[in-house]
Amino acid sequence: MTPTRATWPRRLFDGVAGEGLADLDAHQAQWGAIPPLSPEQIIEVAERSGLLGRGGAGFPTGRKMRTVAAGSRRAVVVANGAEGEPASAKDKLLLTRVPHLVFDGIGLAARAVKADEAHLVVHDNHRLATTLRRQLAARRGDPVVVQVHELPRRYVASEETAIVHWLNGGEAKPTFTPPRPFEQGVGRRPTLINNVETLAHLATVARRGDEWFRAVGDLDEPGTLLVTLSGEGADRRVAEVPTGTTIGAVAERARVDLARSPGVLVGGYFGTWLPTDYATQLPLTHRALRSAGAALGAGIIAALPPDRCGVVETARVASYLAAHNAGQCGPCLNGLPAIAGALRALATGRWDDRQWPLLERWLSVVPGRGACRHPDGAVRFVATALSTFAADVARHRSGQLCRHAGAPAWLPVPSVAAGWR
Amino acid sequence: MTVATSTLSSAPLWYLTRSTGVIAFVLMTVTFALGLAATQRALASPSWPRFATQQLHRNISLLGVVFLLAHIITTLADTFVHVGWWAWIVPFASGYKTAWVGLGTLAFDLLLVVLVTSLLRDRMPLRLWRAVHWTSYLVWPLAFLHFLKTGTDAAHGRWGLYLAVASLITVGVAATARWLTPNEPRGPVRSVRGVR
Amino acid sequence: MRITVNPIDCKAHGVCAEMLPEWIELDEWGYPILDGEELPAQLVAHARRAAKACPTLAVVLRGE
Repeated sequence: MTPTRATWPRRLFDGVAGEGLADLDAHQAQWGAIPPLSPEQIIEVAERSGLLGRGGAGFPTGRKMRTVAAGSRRAVVVANGAEGEPASAKDKLLLTRVPHLVFDGIGLAARAVKADEAHLVVHDNHRLATTLRRQLAARRGDPVVVQVHELPRRYVASEETAIVHWLNGGEAKPTFTPPRPFEQGVGRRPTLINNVETLAHLATVARRGDEWFRAVGDLDEPGTLLVTLSGEGADRRVAEVPTGTTIGAVAERARVDLARSPGVLVGGYFGTWLPTDYATQLPLTHRALRSAGAALGAGIIAALPPDRCGVVETARVASYLAAHNAGQCGPCLNGLPAIAGALRALATGRWDDRQWPLLERWLSVVPGRGACRHPDGAVRFVATALSTFAADVARHRSGQLCRHAGAPAWLPVPSVAAGWR
Repeated sequence: MTVATSTLSSAPLWYLTRSTGVIAFVLMTVTFALGLAATQRALASPSWPRFATQQLHRNISLLGVVFLLAHIITTLADTFVHVGWWAWIVPFASGYKTAWVGLGTLAFDLLLVVLVTSLLRDRMPLRLWRAVHWTSYLVWPLAFLHFLKTGTDAAHGRWGLYLAVASLITVGVAATARWLTPNEPRGPVRSVRGVR
Repeated sequence: MRITVNPIDCKAHGVCAEMLPEWIELDEWGYPILDGEELPAQLVAHARRAAKACPTLAVVLRGE
């Protein structure tokens, strides 16, 4: 049942007026004090609420906290606010509008797993880090001092094992698993890593309770979630929607026109291109998207404008993804540039169709053979683009001119080159 | 007369010491060259895979150790020259040709550590194994000097000299090839069974 | 028993494929392709040897 406009709740951004940051006073006026819950009570309310991680994996937050709390060594909490996806803006919005909700969530998580160390990781953007530290300094009564870190701006750096490796003094590159961070992470201690949105939701659940959280959204995956929408004339609009809302309903509410879009990207640059008609009626839940061969990912919904070519956009992002591999695993560091090169040739009219079987071969041999899911995501992005934009692909393969040659770039691709430390 | 008898009784041991020593040295030279060759991707082919060089390096080194042990035992047992009972493991403890025998002992000590770590290679951090294995670059020159200066063959016999030169050339060529050849993973490469 | 490879340690030496050609194939860049399935019993001994022979000890065996 798709909620209508009138019933769509504002929860995370409830009471936040205007465009500015809700400082500590405003935050406390809106939400009140954090209730004095015991560690066990925090975990229980999280479990009962059915809150799932909002960083892409959708793992039950309560269960994750319980596992980390049961570790043999003192736990560490990491809040992932790095938001490596260029087309995503939700985490940045949370941190610049309602940082205290996130800080509350970090404190609750730290109490729940009895952590004595907490880190908040953002991509290097000196203003944001400074602002966050200033807001933190005004707080009293947090169980742990939160350290704010600025992660190198590389696509794979915000992967959880990369963050852990970097916090441990290494490069921000993913590591081989097992062990996963919840077993052995920062300082080889059990580490709870949550997306900042998850922690913000936790802060609301702790105050209003699990039944309040479950009152909205899908039955099995309740609550609200943040999505970043882009489309014709709309650049990265963040919307808070009940889970289970269809992509079409979300787009309509955010005033993003899907009607003429040739294809919709769901999840992120490691996500899935879907035909627009099909995407429009898909509910935003992990299970519905999974059965459609897609995933919620970073919560990105990007509807390609009708005056852009899907092949050209995909080729540009593929080059970005290829350039941003960590250079650690052979199939990825060889395969992604090969795929990106083929896409580039296809997009720019230098295509030799005898290469097609090679491209298909690379798309089948690269996934699943790296230490992280970067090659898997990049391949999924390209493969679904090739099928969603089949008509344009056929045009490019047969050497016909691209319909939108010369159109400016649409999907954001950062050009800044960064180090790994 | 008495001198002649005592010389005769220790002669077999003396010959054994020399011969096992020379064989051990030859085997160690081959081991060293094979070890250098085993790291090189370019030397592998479908008819001579890398594990062949790898395993040969390993097996010949073990054979060399056997001969080396024989060399050490016969040396200690031989009363013609006085090499102390502990000189097999403590360097520079021999009364006879202290310095040159000592180099041999040192080489053996290092070799022992390399051997033990290699037998336990998959049970230790790879970095530790690698660091220890690097000391084998020291083992061969020490053994070479020991052969040259302790052994009477190299000093007085022609074949000893030829052997020394030949082993030097072998090691030199192998080391040069290993250090001057690029050894990075290749780009597109045929798989062992052919590309599917 | 299953055989996997640590892709970060793997430097495409290809010795594993030499020792276990019935199970391991190399891609066009020299890296092993493994499907993570259960090894047939007669290949387990060869798999152990392949793991020991890897120059970077990247091949990992899991299970008994």
